[in-house]
Amino acid sequence: MSLTAPLGLIGRSVLRAFAGVGRVAIFAARAASHIFRAPFYGREALNALLQIGWLSLPVVGMTALFTGGALALQIYSGGARFSAEAVVPQIVAIGMVRELGPVLVGLMIAARVTSSIAAEIATMKVTEQIDALVTLSTNPMKYLVAPRLLAGLVVVPLLVGVGDVIGIFGGWFVATSSLGFNPAAYLKNTLDFLEPLDVISSLVKGCAFGGIAALMGCYHGMHSGRGAQGVGRATKGSVEAAAVLILAANFLLTGVFFSI
Amino acid sequence: MTNDATPMIALEGVSKSFGRKHVLRGVDLIVPKGTSMVIIGGSGTGKSVTLKCVLGLVEPDAGTIRVDGRDMHEGDRDAFLARFGMLFQGGALFDSLPVWQNVAFRLLRGALKRPRREAREIAIEKLRRVGLTPDVADAFPAELSGGMQKRVGLARAIAADPEIIFFDEPTTGLDPIMAGVINDLIREIVTEMGATAMTITHDMSSVRAIADHVAMLHDGVIKWTGPVSEMDSAADPFLQQFIHGRAEGPIAAVR
Repeated sequence: MSLTAPLGLIGRSVLRAFAGVGRVAIFAARAASHIFRAPFYGREALNALLQIGWLSLPVVGMTALFTGGALALQIYSGGARFSAEAVVPQIVAIGMVRELGPVLVGLMIAARVTSSIAAEIATMKVTEQIDALVTLSTNPMKYLVAPRLLAGLVVVPLLVGVGDVIGIFGGWFVATSSLGFNPAAYLKNTLDFLEPLDVISSLVKGCAFGGIAALMGCYHGMHSGRGAQGVGRATKGSVEAAAVLILAANFLLTGVFFSI
Repeated sequence: MTNDATPMIALEGVSKSFGRKHVLRGVDLIVPKGTSMVIIGGSGTGKSVTLKCVLGLVEPDAGTIRVDGRDMHEGDRDAFLARFGMLFQGGALFDSLPVWQNVAFRLLRGALKRPRREAREIAIEKLRRVGLTPDVADAFPAELSGGMQKRVGLARAIAADPEIIFFDEPTTGLDPIMAGVINDLIREIVTEMGATAMTITHDMSSVRAIADHVAMLHDGVIKWTGPVSEMDSAADPFLQQFIHGRAEGPIAAVR
């Protein structure tokens, strides 16, 4: 084995990574363009909105509720070390709205929706349903990808909004039922403390995370390998990619909103 | 300008490789209008890839494909595809749609869109044509047997009265009686519609039931082509080995 072999291996890996990024970028641009170009498949878009939005509400709600409650307990306990127990409403609000709400909803959507999209489209690919769509004069990018991407972009910010509210409620419930906070004062402190930019950043993150989750599901599904193993790999890859990209996008967007 | 002498499908020097694997090495094939061509050949010899090249699902590396005298890349892609119907090997029915919406898929959207009620009526008529009763119209594909799924796939392939119909292994996975039923249906439908058909199969009973012409594909090229009536008497050793299912001959048993 020559001494340059490891360098060649690294070089090939880097090139493969860049090629992968390029392929995803081209796929994303094509998918986004199909949202705005006829024909439009309204029924498929409505179905995607239902699947991604409405049917995700229970899991998003439960995640936010328990996280908000646990956050209140942690802040109360941590704050007590320097006599700052009173900041529970403010920190729960800012923690949920700016950070935990969008990230947790994004990750839950990656687990629930990205995996489901990838498995469904990959199965369609290995059973020749994608080829069948093409022979029936239907562009799979328009019929399968664009409605799901649109639904992700539109409905995940709404889910994040709902998650933020439920998370704050979770904190309120724990704080008022077991930590001795006054219910009305807790809500007033929460509302007084939150700024419009906090809410905007939450919704913008939701939009970005929804787009990432839908896109990764579609991309990995459309590029699935053959057989059950191909579907399994596509599903696993889609969730890994969506989760990592959501966390990376969260870091970038947080930086952007801090600089405003 | 085309006339009846213009072949419906003409492949010339079509080649396709996947990585280092050369699947098609220069396929030349003529399918006259209104005839039924069956392509036979062993597994992995490129039969499905040939069909997919004609439909544009796979882009050939070299060669030309003409449909009704025009290069397949000329003109509107949707109009081009509207001339075709295809029965896929596994049916390729859309799991999320009921049977009638699968059959009427093309009639519910795009250039051939009809009112929903009319599309449903056409779907039920096509289901009847393939021997299925209207009560399966609202079932989902997963609720049907393999043979029924093939029939639904066949109904979908003919729903928009295409000029050209492709059949990919139409009898694979079916019992001999159901295979015979599907073969008879294909022959009847192709004859009554006056469509041009291209079928790929390993099943010699299908070949004899469906074909006007036969082409033997091996090692990426057409080894023999001719009328089905001349198939048994042809001297080509590849063809004879294949149609008689002999282990001995020029085609290696292990490929």
